[in-house]
Parts: sequence; structure tokens; C-alpha cells
Amino acid sequence: MPDEQVTKIQEMAYELLVREVMTKEVITVAPEARMSDLREILRANRISGTPVVQDGRLVGMISIEDFIRWLADGRPDCPVAGRMTREVTTIHDDEPLVQAVNRLERWGFGRLPVLQRGGERLVGVITKGDIVRGLLKKMDVDYRQAEARGARSRHVFNDIVADRSALVLEYHVRGSDFARAGAGATGLKTTLRRLGIHPQTARRAAIAAYEAESNLIVFTEGGRITVQVAPQSIRLEATDDGPGIPDIEQAMQPGFSTAPPWVRELGFGAGMGLPNIKKCADRMRLDSAAGKGTRLEVEIFMEPQGESQRDSAEAVA
Amino acid sequence: MRLEEIRNILGAEWCGPRPNGADGADREVGSCHASDLMSDVLVLSGVGSLLLTGLTSAQVVRAAEVSDFAAVCFVRGKKPQREAVELAEDRHISLLVTHLSMFESCGRLYARGVPPAVAVQGEGNCRTSK
Repeated sequence: MPDEQVTKIQEMAYELLVREVMTKEVITVAPEARMSDLREILRANRISGTPVVQDGRLVGMISIEDFIRWLADGRPDCPVAGRMTREVTTIHDDEPLVQAVNRLERWGFGRLPVLQRGGERLVGVITKGDIVRGLLKKMDVDYRQAEARGARSRHVFNDIVADRSALVLEYHVRGSDFARAGAGATGLKTTLRRLGIHPQTARRAAIAAYEAESNLIVFTEGGRITVQVAPQSIRLEATDDGPGIPDIEQAMQPGFSTAPPWVRELGFGAGMGLPNIKKCADRMRLDSAAGKGTRLEVEIFMEPQGESQRDSAEAVA
Repeated sequence: MRLEEIRNILGAEWCGPRPNGADGADREVGSCHASDLMSDVLVLSGVGSLLLTGLTSAQVVRAAEVSDFAAVCFVRGKKPQREAVELAEDRHISLLVTHLSMFESCGRLYARGVPPAVAVQGEGNCRTSK
């Protein structure tokens, strides 16, 4: 799976809440229910475990494994309360999905009972199946929204008859102009989103632009950021006639910075600019020498979901 | 967690005109990050997240916007600059101001189960730079 998609799923796992994907209609059993009846309850509802509830409060969990163990032990029939797990790991309905994933992974559970924040009442159950279904549904919604946006950008490029087409955006940055830092980057992000560029791609370009802009402001008298938006990629170029970088390898080290303390107090100059840019880029090139200015080139490829996937989606629709 | 609940935990006030609905009290916030460094803010995925910061400049709201943060809370009672408020309004980012310190704000939210925001990993395929 491409990194982009992993990132997207990670994001969704933080965005979605447990209550949005959990099963709300939960089959429960009372502590007094007999073990001999459990098999039929699990079978009839096609579940492998269920919360044990008394007066709306969770008192334990009982699963098919507990049932099998009871059979294997050859013990006489007894209430579920006698064989259930009493120390239950739970999750709150307002927690992000990622917490549920972590807890299921860590303890190897098949399901987690979901409690309402505050009241601590049982309001649902979440399983790995619920999580996968929730993510798939969300991906589908996001994809349709991206499709709707994409229609516009495709239009822009499709109407141009040329062997090669690109949209060029230029941002001028003044040295020491901290008040405007990031203004070009936010402008770029808005423009890219309006063009229907995928949000992840737009964000990566904006991060690179923000860091490049900050570098021009902190270290030079000013410079220029040129962004070329083509159907296949976004190319960003930042140039200046400033002091240059004497040791590029050192400048690329995370945390290495030559920024003065007052710049750091403004939240800049943490030595993460170039490493951040590299992280966002699919290609990066940095040319500089002391006293000769600096030229930074960054290329970010458009989503791999190119025309073919869009076309197939349209064919289905 | 609803932003209104976070606002109560931090004893915070809305910044600027009180936003309503999805831009305000009803906004869902699932994680939090605290930093005074732009580069830190930029490497995070701010989707559904709150940013706690001591900086009040427009730059920090711009960084939050680039990283898709849902809300920003300024600590130690510092009010943001006008341009920052205007930008936040335009981009639908909720702004709060708390009198608590950064440390106490983080502690209170963490104690209530708010998890940290995630760093976005492996975005580009860039291996080389010259």
C-alpha cells in the first residue's frame, strides 16, 4: 500500500470516533443467565462473545472461549457470572478510533465494550470488523468528495490544448518580514485546494512552501518562491541571493540551526526546516554555496489515483 | 470530545466572536499537541486536533492551518493578534484563550484522556538531496 494511503488511514483513525463506528444494538446477557444457554445465545446472534450487564452497567464479558473452557472442565451448569471475565478493558464512546485499534492490538481482544463518558453506561461494542467497516465507509465518502472537487481541476487542464501545460504561481518573500511568514504557504494551499488537488498533496506542498518561506525570511534579504502546478506534479522552487549555505549536509541535519535566539523566540529556526521539506518531497535538490545564494527545488507527485482510477469510478457510476 | 468540554477543562474563553455549531462548542477534538515551534506544528496531522501554544502571531495560525488543525488554544491568557483571529475565522479554525500555563493545560487534558496528535510519517519518497 502506498505511504499516502497509510497516512490517510492513520488520519481517519484519529478523525473518526468510537461511537461513529461501534455497534449500538448490543446483545447482552444477565449475570444470572445459565452457561448451558450461552451457546444458543451466541449462535443465534452470530457473535463470539458478549457483555454481561446488570441494571445497565457492565459487570463482565463472556466469550466462546469461556464457554469452551467450561465444557472442557466438565463442570456443572452455573450462572454466567461464575465464568465471565470480570476485569474488562473498556473504551469511551468519544475516544478516537485509534485508541480502540491500540487496545485491541495490545491485548489481543476480539471486542471492546463501549461506555458512555460520564454515565459509564454500556452504549455499544466495537470489534475489528466495525473498525474496518467504519474506515471503508469514510474512505468512500472522502473519495466521492475528492471526485467532486477533482472534476473542476481536470476541467482546467483538459481545456488546454498543448503538448505540455502548467500553472505557474509566484510568491515574493521579503527578508525579516516575520509578520508575513506562512502567508504564501496558506495562499498556496487555498489555491491548490480550489484547483481540486488532493488535500494531502496540497498540504505537503504548503508545508514545503512554509518552511522555504521561513528560511528566506530568517536568513536572506528576500527571495522568490515559484510553484508550477502540472497534471503530474507540483514543482516548487525557492531562490535567493542571500549568504548561501556553507555546509549543506550539516544544514540537512534535523535540529542543526544557525538562527539567532530572537528568531527562535518567534517559533522559527528550530533546525527542522530543510528536514521537514525533505519529508514532504518526492524529489528535492538544494544548490548553494557561501556567498552565492541558494536554490531549492522540490517536486511533489500528484496522487497515484490518476486518470485510470477516476475513469473506472466513472464507468461504474 | 466536544470543544466545549475542552473549553471547560481549560477554563478557557472563546477568542473573538463566539463561533457556533461545528466551528465552536460542537466541534469534535480527538487529540492535542503543544508547541511553540512552527516546524513542530507543520509535521503533524492536525485533523481533529487542538494546538496549545504560547505564540500569538498570525504565523502560528497559518502553520496550524497548513496542518489542518481544528482549533488553537493560546496559553497564559495571551490574546492573539488581529490578523491571526481573522485568518482563523476565514479558515474555520476555533480559537480559545486560557489563563493556565502550557504545562497545566497539557496535564489537565492528558489526565482526561486526550491523546497526542500524530506526526505524519513517510509522506514523500525523497531519498536524496544535493
